[in-house]
This record gives sequence, structure tokens and C-alpha cells, in this order.
Amino acid sequence: MKITMSRRAALGLGGAAVAAMVVGAPRGAFAKNDHADLIKAFTGGKEPTKGKVKLDVPDIAENGNTVPLTFSVDSPMTADSYVKDVLIVADGNPRGGIATFHFTPSSGAAEASTRIRLAETQNVIAIAKMNDGALFIDSKPVKVTIGGCGG
Amino acid sequence: MSTPAPRPRIRLDKKEAKKGDLVEVKALVAHIMESGQRKDKDGNVIPRKIINKFTCEVNGKLVFSADLEPAVSANPYMQFKFRAEESGKVVLTWIDDDGTKIVGEETITVS
Repeated sequence: MKITMSRRAALGLGGAAVAAMVVGAPRGAFAKNDHADLIKAFTGGKEPTKGKVKLDVPDIAENGNTVPLTFSVDSPMTADSYVKDVLIVADGNPRGGIATFHFTPSSGAAEASTRIRLAETQNVIAIAKMNDGALFIDSKPVKVTIGGCGG
Repeated sequence: MSTPAPRPRIRLDKKEAKKGDLVEVKALVAHIMESGQRKDKDGNVIPRKIINKFTCEVNGKLVFSADLEPAVSANPYMQFKFRAEESGKVVLTWIDDDGTKIVGEETITVS
């Protein structure tokens, strides 16, 4: 279903949502950046299930400029059943996006490691999309001592 | 002012594999990954310049790729695996915002 909305209406709604969150939502639910939009674009609005994805980040990162990140997704990685995409976002950076990984059956294993920047203490979220469209999620909080992205 | 293209460092955990084995790739390339969010001394925004795409092809077949955002650290490090199917070339490509490509290559022998 396609929903069309004028810019003004969208802004109005957004404003109302923000107001509602300020009043009622617990701390942490406040959208700091665009990570929720990125997740929505990736999942198509479907709710991912917890499990299958294992996100590995340090509990405490001394240097936010280079935080090691590893993830793995439980999948046989055959032509019939494999992980297509993995989205990594963070909810406390100036922008939510970190990276999107694309796998094929020839990847053999749906796992990868890289190093990321975290501006402050926040949650890192990984969402995996299977070839059949199933979605799985994992998230971890990282306490950042010295923020990255600085300057 | 032209800087020489950085030479990527690539390591495969095995150069010879049996068909079906998983081969682990570790790759590092020197790159500033300027986020576009920093400002210089005078308060001007330093323009974004990052590697936004990384791909790995084995004998021309795409096995793994990633879209990168400014939140990936400078000198981006990538570690991943692929399933050895046949001997040939493992070609890694890093694509800069300005379109520049950095290409690195390894060979794998599959028995």
C-alpha cells in the first residue's frame, strides 16, 4: 500500500510524534538520527525477529574512531537458503547508517568484520535479510569513552 | 597535487584450498574516510571523501560486497569469507566518492 502525504502533513505528523515521545516514551526511544528510517527502508516496515544474527562489538570502546565490529548470521548459505543483505546502523551517531553488506551463496558464510566510528555511547543494530525475505535482528549497546567522528 | 593510489593489503588465510572450503579474506586499504561532518580551523566543512563501495569478485563472479557510510573507520578494514569453487583470481575493488577505483588482486588454487 502506498501512502502519499504532503510535506507539510508529514512534518506535522513528525512534530506530533516527537511531542508524544517527549511526553511519554522511555529514554532511549527518542530518535536521535535517521537510523529508524534506514531500518524501515531496509525491512519495508516488517518487524524483524530476534535471533539468527549475532552482533559482536565491545561493551566498552575506548576509542570511538575505530571500534571493531563482527557479525555472523546462522544460515546454510546454499542457493535455496542464504543471507542476502545485512544492514548495520547506530542510533547515536550524527547519521544512522554504518554499512550494508551483500552476500551470495558463494560467500559460504554470512559473516564479516570491519571497524566503525561511534560518536558516543549508543546502540549498534544489525538486521539480516534472507533470500526468502525473512528478517532477523540483533543489537548491542557500546559504551564509548572517547567519541569518533570528532573534529 | 597528486597522491599515489594506495596499495591495498590483502591476505587470504589459505592460498590453496579444496573445493568447497571456506577461504577467509582480510583486506586493508589506506584511506582517510573523511566523513563530511568535520570542520577545519576556520569553521568550513571539510568535504566528504569516503570509500562508499567495496566488492570481491572471484573469477569475475561477485561473491561479497558492501556499501559503506562515513561511520566506517579510516583505513577501512574488511574481513569476510568465500567458498572456494575453482582456481583463479580474487579481485577486490574499493570505489571512492570521486569514482576512483583501488583494485587489489590475489590468486587462489582450488584442488
